Amino acid sequence: MAHRALPVGPGVAASLAVLAFVLVPLGAVALRAGGAGMPSPGDWAAFRFTLWQAALSALISCALAVPVARALMRRRFPGRALFISLIGAPFILPVIVAVFGLVAIFGRNGWLNAALGPLGLPPLSIYGAHGVILAHVFFNLPLATRMLLSGFASIPGEHWRLAEALNLPRFRFLEWPMLRDRLPGAFLLIFLICLTSFAVALTLGGGPRATTLELAIYQALRFDYDLGKAALMAAAQCAVCLAALALARRVALAPVAAPGLGLPPRLPSGPLWLDALVIAAAGAFLLLPLAAVVTSGLAGIAELPPTIWRAALRSLIVALSATALSMALALLMARTGGRLAEVASALPLAASSLVTGTGIFLILFRLIRPEALALPATIAVNAVIALPFAYRILRPALQQAEMNYGRLADQLGLAGLARWRLMLAPLARGPIGFAAGLIGAMAMGDLGVIALFASQEQQTLPLAMSRAMGAYRMEEAAGAGLLLVIMAFGLFWIFDRGGRDAN
Amino acid sequence: MRTILATGLSFAATAAMAQTPELTIYTYDSFVTDYGPGPVIEENFEATCGCDLTFEAFGDGAALLSRLRLEGDSTDADIILGLDTNLTAEAADTGLFAPHGIETPALDIPIPWTDPLFLPYDWGYFAFMGDASIEAPTSFRELADSDIQVVIEDPRSSTPGLGLVYWVEAAYGDEAPAIWEALADNILTVTPGWSEAYGLFTEGEADAALSYNTSEAYHLVAEGDDTKVAWPFEEGHYMQVEVAGKLASTDVPELADDFLAFMLTDGFQGPIPETNWMFPVVMPEGGLGEGWQSLVEPETALLYSPEEAQARREEAIETWRTALSQ
Repeated sequence: MAHRALPVGPGVAASLAVLAFVLVPLGAVALRAGGAGMPSPGDWAAFRFTLWQAALSALISCALAVPVARALMRRRFPGRALFISLIGAPFILPVIVAVFGLVAIFGRNGWLNAALGPLGLPPLSIYGAHGVILAHVFFNLPLATRMLLSGFASIPGEHWRLAEALNLPRFRFLEWPMLRDRLPGAFLLIFLICLTSFAVALTLGGGPRATTLELAIYQALRFDYDLGKAALMAAAQCAVCLAALALARRVALAPVAAPGLGLPPRLPSGPLWLDALVIAAAGAFLLLPLAAVVTSGLAGIAELPPTIWRAALRSLIVALSATALSMALALLMARTGGRLAEVASALPLAASSLVTGTGIFLILFRLIRPEALALPATIAVNAVIALPFAYRILRPALQQAEMNYGRLADQLGLAGLARWRLMLAPLARGPIGFAAGLIGAMAMGDLGVIALFASQEQQTLPLAMSRAMGAYRMEEAAGAGLLLVIMAFGLFWIFDRGGRDAN
Repeated sequence: MRTILATGLSFAATAAMAQTPELTIYTYDSFVTDYGPGPVIEENFEATCGCDLTFEAFGDGAALLSRLRLEGDSTDADIILGLDTNLTAEAADTGLFAPHGIETPALDIPIPWTDPLFLPYDWGYFAFMGDASIEAPTSFRELADSDIQVVIEDPRSSTPGLGLVYWVEAAYGDEAPAIWEALADNILTVTPGWSEAYGLFTEGEADAALSYNTSEAYHLVAEGDDTKVAWPFEEGHYMQVEVAGKLASTDVPELADDFLAFMLTDGFQGPIPETNWMFPVVMPEGGLGEGWQSLVEPETALLYSPEEAQARREEAIETWRTALSQ
């Protein structure tokens, strides 16, 4: 039998810990409220819009990722590795930085409209539901592309050669099974990310039509102090997450064993112009807003005050700690978490970090001074939020390794750490590097819960940036934003390249 | 338990500063930044109080209040500084605040002040900040008839956004829904908070953003930039009055009283205009600096009482949401 179940072990404990981390604070908020609150008619509209935009954003991101990943898989060109790293950058951009980058390109006075005007074309507006989806595709196309690229890389070179020799349709026999395996996971991840979108949806949505559940949660917690309603909304997000997870499981095709000797693939090639066009279009879409972020931040970055640099150092510590914690959990769960890990690795995405943060605060503030909690809570929340990505990236790689070489390793008596060191780590090095880079960068850019706890002495870079913006210091904020992008991308690049050099 | 931990952690510090009383003030983010009023006010107060003053910052005024509600009477805070009058009715309902005890304070604000729990420390008018190169509309109606594109904040997540909703409500009453419907095509987008809206304006994406009329002074004084101006509206302008209050649970009530009294003196009021970019409630000696004189004083100051603001909030937001959702 090709399908080989992964063993069950400490990953189950890790999964339980993650589930508790999401659900216990939610329970604490509900308990403090004395029960769940009532939704208003506006909340139902928000619920429908939230689901609709998340599904559409995920669908478009995945659909576009297929041609982009195929084109990148087939072609070798100078700077390809750097290009692949760079187009990953939008995913790790802090939300507000990305929104300003997108507006600089697609906005009313953006580069695109500046180009359309002289051509006599009517101006385009980014504001509206389509703007929300555009932004979500901008964020998530890189993630989907990278997940598919690693899927393509898992098809052994021998299989391409064999298919070619036998004159088999390669898409149907090699690519389609891989896509059926990987796409549902990518769709699920992106759907869940977009489910909790707040600032993007509101700013680019053009008004209250584009309200998401997360805004209702924010309003309930911040303005109305309606904890019951916040808990209800957060629970609704979790329920949607579980439903999406069940659906994704039904659609996904289990991977099959496909051991290879690591021969370089002889890849099928389509028309060159088509691949070039796809790569150029994806590059322009993903990199131009990034260029705008760099341009606008250059003036401010040279004159950043010392507080910003201290905040940057603090952010680096948070990011590295969150990466270590998250990777440890994800590796345990991906290898020995069983089916529980499937649920535990998706739920954190649907959880509102505002509710989680509030819950942690409610549970702990009588025991520990909130200031003492700021950095540990931020590290823990970031580690758990990033876990779903790490899990989805690591799980297929570890599964494939077990399927291909598990029996051999059994025969050789490789177990425990030796199995990690000699078999799993080398085989999954690429995905491990990619996952670590992603977590580090995400934790670096996340404003998240630190705002609930931090005092002036503990601010992270995203918080310092948001505070500068709130005090008219737009140039300093743009400079801090650029610094944040450089640090997040640098961290991502170091881990990611570290992993890829092995291949 | 908490006290034990806290004591343990800060033992060294405590030993060094034997018997120095501590005053903890919760405020909003922009108050404590390096260029905000926090640092200089801390220095000025500590020079006279023989105490250690600490500011803790949490988001904006609304975040501040919800933080206090989470902590209840076990809060560390002695004073909350940074609510506005749209929030004080809810704050008073918590029962956590004690009277400030200052009878009829002498204040330079356009409205009488009688609130027994909260004392104002600065104020301003909400206003659209626009690009000086375009012809400024002089009312909401004129704005609605123009093709000017403005950015506003969401009243469900932002205090200026809520202020705008009250502004339209106070100026137009029953006609407010019609005004919002007419404004719909002038609203480029709605942002979660002030920073995003103001950023979109300064980046040149929008012609104007909802802010304060004192923003004009910031650009003039801090940046020497006269291209960004506040638009005076004929209907009058809704005010924002920012207040502070003493908590009943404070362990240093006298020190807290001293701070509230200090708040109305030059040591506090002096730095306010050019660090918090709002008007002082007591004019400091020497008045306002260069760049403030050119600000247009609105003919009518609009402001709901805290109770009225509380009672109208839900309906006013719903009016806004319905009109802009069509």
